[in-house]
Amino acid sequence: MSEPVGPDGTPQRPRTADAEPGTARSPAPPANSGPMTARSPAPPADSGPAATASPAPLLEIADLRVTFAIDEGIARAVDGVDLTVRSGETVGLVGESGCGKSVTALAVLRLVEHPGHIAHGSRVRFEGRDLLALTERDMRAVRGDHVGLVFQEPASALNPVLSIGSQVAEVVRAHQHATRSEARWRAVELLKAVGIPDAEKRADHYPHQLSGGMRQRALIAVALACRPRLLIADEPTTALDVTIQAEILELLDDLQRQLGMAVLLITHNLGLVAERTQRVYVMYAGQIVEEAPTDALFRESAHPYTQGLMAAVPRLDQPRRRLAAIPGQVPPATAWPPACRFHPRCPLAFERCRTEMPGLLSAGDARRARCWLVEGGGHGGTEAQGHGGAGGPRR
Amino acid sequence: MTSVPPCARAPVPPLLDVRDLTVHFTRHAGLFGARAEVVQAVSGVSLAIGRRETLGLVGESGCGKTTLARAVLRLVEKTSGTVLFDGQDLHALPPGELRRTRRRLQIVFQDPYASLNPRMTIGRAIREGIEIHGLAAGAEIDRRVYALLEEVGLPADAFDRYPHEFSGGQRQRAGIARALAVEPELLVCDEPVSALDVSVQAQVLNLLADLQARRGLSYLFISHDLAVVRHVAPRVAVMYLGRIVEEGPAEELYERPRHPYTQALLSAVPVLDPATRRPRIVLPGDPPSPVNPPAGCPFHPRCRHPGKDETCATVKPQLTERGPGQRVACHKASGAAREALREERHA
Repeated sequence: MSEPVGPDGTPQRPRTADAEPGTARSPAPPANSGPMTARSPAPPADSGPAATASPAPLLEIADLRVTFAIDEGIARAVDGVDLTVRSGETVGLVGESGCGKSVTALAVLRLVEHPGHIAHGSRVRFEGRDLLALTERDMRAVRGDHVGLVFQEPASALNPVLSIGSQVAEVVRAHQHATRSEARWRAVELLKAVGIPDAEKRADHYPHQLSGGMRQRALIAVALACRPRLLIADEPTTALDVTIQAEILELLDDLQRQLGMAVLLITHNLGLVAERTQRVYVMYAGQIVEEAPTDALFRESAHPYTQGLMAAVPRLDQPRRRLAAIPGQVPPATAWPPACRFHPRCPLAFERCRTEMPGLLSAGDARRARCWLVEGGGHGGTEAQGHGGAGGPRR
Repeated sequence: MTSVPPCARAPVPPLLDVRDLTVHFTRHAGLFGARAEVVQAVSGVSLAIGRRETLGLVGESGCGKTTLARAVLRLVEKTSGTVLFDGQDLHALPPGELRRTRRRLQIVFQDPYASLNPRMTIGRAIREGIEIHGLAAGAEIDRRVYALLEEVGLPADAFDRYPHEFSGGQRQRAGIARALAVEPELLVCDEPVSALDVSVQAQVLNLLADLQARRGLSYLFISHDLAVVRHVAPRVAVMYLGRIVEEGPAEELYERPRHPYTQALLSAVPVLDPATRRPRIVLPGDPPSPVNPPAGCPFHPRCRHPGKDETCATVKPQLTERGPGQRVACHKASGAAREALREERHA
C-alpha cells in the first residue's frame, strides 16, 4: 500500500504511531458525568452533512465565560457560550466586532492574555479531555498537535526574522520529534501542499518577502504541520482580496478532505458561512443567540438579530434596494443591556424581553434561538435536543 | 439613488471628465534606495460622472483605485492626461483657483481618522472648512454645524466631543459631515464602509443615498466589495493593474460580465445562499506588480479565457464599446466568451 497522495502528487504522510504524545488521549475519555458528555450514542437525527459526522463531539464548550477587568469595569466578553464541533465538521461562528467570537477561540486554546480571565465553571473539552485542567506543558502539546489556529493577520502571526521554512520545520520538530533535515523536508512538502509555488526556494524567504496571500498560505502550513484534528480559523481571509480569498478557501477545503479535519470558522462574513459551513452559531454581545444547520439558518433565521444581519448585507445576487439597517450600535462589553441583550435594537421587542433573559430555546429541527418569540417551540433550557419538534419562529 | 439614466449623459457635459489619466511614481528600492523603479499606478484611465450620478469603481488591492481617486482631487500629480471638473482642468489650475475649485470635490476615507484630527472636537473639525472657504460668518457657522450633525444622524452633543468617543460608524458620519460642510458637488468615497460592521455599514450606505437624493450629489464610489458597489452604483467600472478593464450599467456588468477578470471576480464572491453553489473561476497566482506589468493585456498571465492567444500577450486591448454604455478591454470579449468559459468549466 503506497502512501496516500494529494491532488498535486504531494505525499500525505500518515502520522507515525510514536508521534502520539503519551498523554491520556486514548480510548475512553476520563470518567465524568458533565452534562455535555452525556450524549446519546447515535448521531443526532438532524439532516444534512453534519449527520455523517461521528457521534462523539471533538470539541465541546460549555458555559464558557471570559471576563476582562479594564478601566471601564468588568467586560464580560464571552458570557456563557455553549458550542460543539464534531469531527470532520465545519462549523461557523459568526458575529460582528466585539461580540466575543475571537475571544472564544483564544479561550479554547487558553491563549487569553491578561487582563482576560476564563471564569471558574467554564468547560472546554477536546476529545473528552478537559483542556482547562491541563498543565501548561500538556496544553502546549494540544496546541499545534491537535488544534491548529489561523489568524486574520498572517503578518503578525509569523515571526518576521525566521524564514517561513524554518517556522514550519520548528513546529514539526517541536511536536513530532523529527530530525532537522526530516523536518525541513516536511516543511517544504507542506509549503507545496498549501500551494506555494517554488516551495524549495520560498522556504528560505522571510514573511515580508511574500504577498499577503502567500503569507496566509505559510501560516496555514504552520497550523497544519502536525495534522491537527481541529483547525480554528479566525477570519482567515478577511485581510485578503476576494480572488485570493477564494483560492485560500478552496485550499482549506481540499486539506480538510484529505486530513479529515474539523474546522471552526470564525467570521463576520455571512457569505463565507453560507458557502463553507454545515452548522452555524450566531453570536451577539458575548452570547450565542442562534444555532442552526446552515441551510436552515439561511432559509429562515429564527432570531431577530440574525434576521437583521441578513437584511443588512448587500447582496451580489440582488439589484439595488434600500438596505435594512439594524438601528443603534453594539453595546460595550462592560455594559450589556439587561434581560435580552438585543432588545434595545430589536424591532420585535416586547415587555418580557426587557425584564427577563431568554435561554437558548428550541426552534425545531436542531435549531435554537435566544428569543422569547420562539418559545412556541416548547423547550426551555440550554441543552441541544436535536428533535424535530413543531413550532418555530413563525411570525 | 440617481435619476440620470447611464446613457443619457451624452448631451450634457459631465461634472467630472477624466481623460487618459496616467499616474506613475518613482520609488526607490533596493539597498539604500539605489535602485529606482517606476510604479505604473494608473495607466490611461478615462471615465466620466454626470451630476447626481454615482460611478462605482471596483478593484482589488494594488489595482490603482486609490491613486486614481487622489489624482482626481489632485492630491497627487498626474503624469499625463486631463481631469476636467465642470470643464476646468484641475491639474492646470494655479494654486488659488485650485483651492476654490477643490471645495466642490471632497473625499471620504475608509478611516475617518484620516480626515478628523483626534485632538479636535467634531464641531471644530466641521467648522474649519466653513471658515476657510468663508461660507458663513458669526453665529451662522455653528448653526450650520448643528444642521450638518443632524443631517448625518449625529446627536447635537457630538459638537463638543472628540473622535475617539465615537464608534466607527459614528466617526464615519462625522467624516461625511465634515466633507459636506463646504457644500461639494462631487464626493469621492474611498472604501467608506469597508471598516464597518454589516449592521452599521447599511446605515452609512443608506445615509449616502439620502444625501445624494437631498443634495443632488455625484459620487465616485470606490470599493473592493462588489456587493456594496452593486447597491450604490447604477454604473460600475472594474479596474485591474492600473487600467479600467470593463465599464457598464451595473445590471449588465453583474448579470453578464464580459471581461474574464470581471467574471472571475464575481465568481469569487461568496453568495448568501447555501443552495446555490456557483462554479468558481480560480485565478492562478497573484496579480503582477505594477512596477513591471506584463506586455499585452495586463490580465493575460492569469486569464482563463479559452480563446487566449498570442495577441493577448503582445497587444494591449483598448476599452471598446460592446453594448449600450458598455465598454470592455479584451480582445476576446463577446457574448460568446462567457458561454465558452462556462462550457469549459463544465467539461
